[in-house]
Amino acid sequence: MAERPAALLRARDLTVVLGGVTVLDRLSLEILPGLRTVVLGANGAGKSVTLRALHGLVPPASGTVEWQGGRAPRQAMVFQRPVMLRRSALANVAYGLAVNGVDGEARDRRARAAIAKVGLEAIAHRPARVLSGGEQQRLALARAWALEPAILFLDEPTASLDPGAAGEVERIVAAIAAEGKRIVMTTHNLGQARRLADEIVFIHQGRVAEQTPADRFFAEPQSQHARAFLKGELPWT
Amino acid sequence: MFEIFASLKLALDLMANGNAEFVRVVALSLELSLAAAVLGSAIGLPLGAIVAIGRFPGRRSLIVALNALLGLPSVVVGLVVYLMLSRAGPLGSWGLLFTPGAIVIAQTVLVIPIVAALARQVVEDAWNEYAEQLRSLGVGTGRAVRTLLWDTRFSLLTVALAGFGRAASEVGAVMIVGGNIDGVTRVMTTAIALETSKGDLPLALALGIVLILVVLAVNAGAYAIREWSAIRHG
Repeated sequence: MAERPAALLRARDLTVVLGGVTVLDRLSLEILPGLRTVVLGANGAGKSVTLRALHGLVPPASGTVEWQGGRAPRQAMVFQRPVMLRRSALANVAYGLAVNGVDGEARDRRARAAIAKVGLEAIAHRPARVLSGGEQQRLALARAWALEPAILFLDEPTASLDPGAAGEVERIVAAIAAEGKRIVMTTHNLGQARRLADEIVFIHQGRVAEQTPADRFFAEPQSQHARAFLKGELPWT
Repeated sequence: MFEIFASLKLALDLMANGNAEFVRVVALSLELSLAAAVLGSAIGLPLGAIVAIGRFPGRRSLIVALNALLGLPSVVVGLVVYLMLSRAGPLGSWGLLFTPGAIVIAQTVLVIPIVAALARQVVEDAWNEYAEQLRSLGVGTGRAVRTLLWDTRFSLLTVALAGFGRAASEVGAVMIVGGNIDGVTRVMTTAIALETSKGDLPLALALGIVLILVVLAVNAGAYAIREWSAIRHG
């Protein structure tokens, strides 16, 4: 145990109840530094709520989320449907920076750099809400990336996109991870999970059924639920 | 029927010739209504936004109060403003009763609930879409209010225009606090009421037509703004 790195994030017995339904049921999970984690599970298993609870958007009924060092680091989240403010693409990125206390020249420079990294320089001054779905999602990634988060949560970021746009998003997520940002992402696309994941967290009925290195998960899933899931899902990927 | 057409002809003549009294009444009317719409929006828009996304004690009571104010008869608003501004009233020292200022105050009071209620709906709809993203970015309530007011600016402009329409078409309260004094506080609606009761239908009709045209123009403007913004900004 001595050489094991300290967890960046540790959720203990998280229970989340939404509208009278127990969505997370004493879910416990450790997120170690330096990996790309993909959260898998059937519809309604609680993947999205897990991300939201870790990110602090959904208050748990019981249980705790503890961050390394006792304090949450800078974090960001990208949603399935990007929410764009009614202003230019560049101004959307600058807005996130302004909220987080980055002002003046630094804000402008970081916003432009983030826009460039996702390949949207040419349309930086277009109104964000008239961009295509794929462009909006890349812009959402730029907005998150500009914040230099220690951890980035992504909730099915490619579910509403065509394959080309989804590929772009995958490339950007990989680039963000390569900068040392911790990636925690849900997806329904097993091919995408294989391409991006270092480890898989498989959630079944609001609990972690298994947390396994990705290659091992796809070769021989440890839990019975994951085996059933892969059997059912694989023919369509 | 003949009388209506005769009156209509006289009305059109009046409008075409730009009779001085007629122009003065129309100008004062638009000026006061615009002032009331601006003031009412300056108060009503933030109020609506705060009620839409704020979570504070007394929020529900405020919503009920705003909705109740929507249905308040304007003559009652006029009466209350009259009492406040009358010599013996708490604001009597302002000396505003039977001045254009009194009209603006009464109209503003009538505009605020409409603007606040419509703004609350607009901002709440936007908040439903934005809430998670803004909270994820770390946006607090104060900044969220400002962000949503700015992001729904085109819809809110049409809300403000609705407030203008309310102010321009108001008669009861304006009559009470303004007094319909010729050349001072006589506006389109009170002039229509007066001229009709005097039997001077051409002037009443001419003013009525202008009022209709103003309301039409305001609504056409609101529609155009909405269309344009949808194409330009999504």
